[in-house]
Parts: sequence; C-alpha cells; structure tokens
Amino acid sequence: MTPFLYERAADRQGALALGARAGASYLGGGTNLVDLMRETIAHPELLVDVTGLSREIEDTPEGGLRIGAGVKNTAVAGDRRVRQRYPLLAQAILAGASAQIRNMATTGGNILQRTRCAYFYDDAARCNKRAPGAGCDAVEGFNRIHAILGASPACVATHPSDMCVALAALEATVTLEGQDGGREIAFADLHRLPGETPEVETQLRPGELITAVTLPPNGLAARSTYRKVRDRASYAFALVSVAAGLELEGGVIGDVRLALGGVAHKPWRAHAAEAALKGRPATESVFREAAEAELAPARPLRDNGFKIELARRVIVDTLVKLARTEETV
Amino acid sequence: MRLTINGRQVEADVDVRTSLLDLLRDHLGLPGTKKGCNQGACGACTVLADGERINSCLALAVQYDGREVTTIEGVGAPGALHPLQRAFVEHDGFQCGYCTPGQICSAIGMAAELERGLPSYVTGDLDAETIELTHDELRERMSGNLCRCGAYNGIVDAIRETFGQIAEDAGKREAA
Repeated sequence: MTPFLYERAADRQGALALGARAGASYLGGGTNLVDLMRETIAHPELLVDVTGLSREIEDTPEGGLRIGAGVKNTAVAGDRRVRQRYPLLAQAILAGASAQIRNMATTGGNILQRTRCAYFYDDAARCNKRAPGAGCDAVEGFNRIHAILGASPACVATHPSDMCVALAALEATVTLEGQDGGREIAFADLHRLPGETPEVETQLRPGELITAVTLPPNGLAARSTYRKVRDRASYAFALVSVAAGLELEGGVIGDVRLALGGVAHKPWRAHAAEAALKGRPATESVFREAAEAELAPARPLRDNGFKIELARRVIVDTLVKLARTEETV
Repeated sequence: MRLTINGRQVEADVDVRTSLLDLLRDHLGLPGTKKGCNQGACGACTVLADGERINSCLALAVQYDGREVTTIEGVGAPGALHPLQRAFVEHDGFQCGYCTPGQICSAIGMAAELERGLPSYVTGDLDAETIELTHDELRERMSGNLCRCGAYNGIVDAIRETFGQIAEDAGKREAA
C-alpha cells in the first residue's frame, strides 16, 4: 500500500475542504477502497474519512425518504420504512456482499464502488480504466462476467452493485455537495457508460461528495422484487440481476420499472422494455416482447453470450411472478 | 489510537496503513483472528466492532479508534467456553480450525442481527417482526464465512443448537 495521510472529517465543510486537496479520496467503510489500495490499484495521498457524516434516514415532506450517504448498508435494509415502502431496495441490498461487508459499507461507498473486472485488478494486464490509453485485455480475454449492453471497445467492465440497480428502478435522486455548493441529479445520470474514457465513471466533479440519496414517494411496494442470478447461492456478484416494480390496473400494466445489474458499466435502466410494457396487458408474450426490445442492442463477447439469453429469461420470469403476486400493501 | 479490545483498553501507535486484523495479530498479541484471503472474501478475519460483525482485513485500524472490538479471545477461554464454542466441539464444526474463530464471531453477530429482526435475502416477509432461524436463513446469513474443509454440516448444527431459539424467544417477548 502506498503511504497516505488520514483525516477524519468532523463536519461537511471540513470534509469538502480536505476533499478538494490534490490526491484526496473520500473514505467510507473501506470495503472496496482499502482492498484496491492494498492491490496498488488505487493510491490516494489523503484519505478523508466521511463515515461520521450524513448518518440519518429521514422522511421527506413529499412522502419520500432521504438516506444519508454515511448510513451503513445494513441500517438501510433494516429500516422499517425501507422494508415497508421500498422493499425492492431492502432486497437488493441484502442480495449484495456478506453481512460483515454490509455492516461496514456505506450508501455513498456502495454507489462509488469500482468494477470487479479481473483485468482492472491485475496490474500486469492492460486496462483503460486503470491506465487510460493502455488498451483492454478483457475484450479478447476471459470475459464471462463482462458487459453485454452499452460497452465500448475501450472497456467492457460491469458495475458490481446490487443496491444501485434498485435505486435506478426507483428513480432515486442523489445529492452532491462541492465547495461551490450543492446540486441534485437523477440517480440514473450519476454513472457513465465507458465510451472512450472508462476511467471517468460518474458525473462527480473533483472534490464533490455524495451526501444523500432521496427516494420518491412511490416505492412500487405492492409489486416489486429484486432477482439475482449468480454462480453460487449467496455471496457472489450478479451474472444478471433484475429490479422490477409493476402496477396493474385490471390486468393492464400501468407504471412499470425495470433495471438490470451485471450487464453494463452502469446500473442499466431498461427504458426500451418499459416502453414495450406500459399500457399493455400483463401477459407472458408481452413480457417476452419487452425483454427482446431491451436486449436487441446486446452484443456478446467470446464468453458472455449466455448473459443475453439469461437476462431475457430472468426478465420474463420475474415479471410473470410479479404479475401473479397478490397485492399485499 | 485507543481501542477497547475484549474489555481491555489498549493504546497503539502504528502505521496508518495497518489493518485492524494486522493490529490485532501483529501488534497486540491476539492471533486468534485469522488472515485467510486478506481481501474480504473468506470471513476468517471476522470480529465484532461494537457488537457488529465486520471483516477486520478490510478495516483500517485507524477507522476504529475509540471503538470496542471483540475477538475470539474475548468470546471464551479454555475452561470457560462460550456455549457456541462448546457446540462447535460437540458437532465437529471444524476440521483444520482455521475458519473457526471467524465462524464463531460471525455467528454471534448474526444472532444479534436476528434478535433485532433484521431480514436477509431469503426472508419471505421483509416486514416480519420476528424471523425464524431456518436452515436456509442460517446458510444465507453465514455465507460470508467460507470453510475450505467443508465442515458446513457441523457448523450449521452447532449454530442452530446454540441460537435456534432466539427468534422464538424474541416472539414470546413481543407477545408478553
């Protein structure tokens, strides 16, 4: 690990002042960043520990919920309001990592975790994300876990978070604070596709800090689920995951939200599928058409073609089960 | 840096790069906590920080300044074993024993989570007040602790025997 300075931020202004320094990185629970530092993939010169800040979950005046960036993953999933009004989010968080890691990891840190692409982690391999312009060994390498949607010749890595897939489906917003003030952006706009600059993973400006995630009032609680398919039954990253929420009016699809994990450089909101579902009858053939529409632009690499068929099946099966669910809320 | 470890106040002055795991093992003479993968994949390094289970290998020691940490050395001692330690012996919950301190600390943390009614990915009713420690619940909740000897059957039996009653007891307290 490269030597670094460590500062515990006492308040937000202090954090932003420290975070503006060259070579500074904000530190949450450390479950990803400490590992990357040990592997010498990340080498911040200054760690600004922000785990003492933004630790509340609050009701918003609009009837939503505002989750502080410092709230631990376990605390979000365990919160009664989240479990009752946003079960999709609780489920997605509980599908991720292990209990130990969820006890350490913060909301902000989960959002900003880096890809688990093995070539990104291996400093003997070429990686445009780690060393811009170096090339990508994953494109022609072992790419079973890599992206099928939105990838570029420069990068085929996927975003590893489960929580973020639910936040994309729930149309959350993110509050960012910088030294020049704060701003609010749609969660779906926070992460970027790789394009020619895969090293730029989010819209965050230098020194900017995520302070909260806000959930809108409608959590699609009556019919929603997070379904994760992985290589073992628990404690593994998703090959494909689906966050889905459905509102039915007499067998016809009203509001619908669909997002995919494990398939792209960012949590993938399935807009094409949603458009193919809205206002249509909730039948298996309609679900299949929607899945086809979403996956039409999917491009397989050597080893990950199975993900296209897997995603298709998981989308259809998840929607079929949701449509059959008795409303409970 | 000051921490309370197994009820004892300790002071440490170590390189800021030191993990909580290395602090325990290399600086404080507490080698009971094991270093398996050193990257958060195996759970051998599990300790309790303020009662919550964490991977000490992924924790920078400096982040735990002022906190209370319990390691396997604080769970029980020869002649005064924790009931779960006794159950591990009775049920052959280990072979080589390397993952055992982490399994035991993790299971103690898990029992506390269950007692507070925290759901897991396999919990059917996310809003349930109490959750029974079924076979599936136990396996899901303990999935962060690997055992390469494959002593899982004994581990599951030992944990269920020790903590299987918790959900039921919590339910009775609610009713009362």
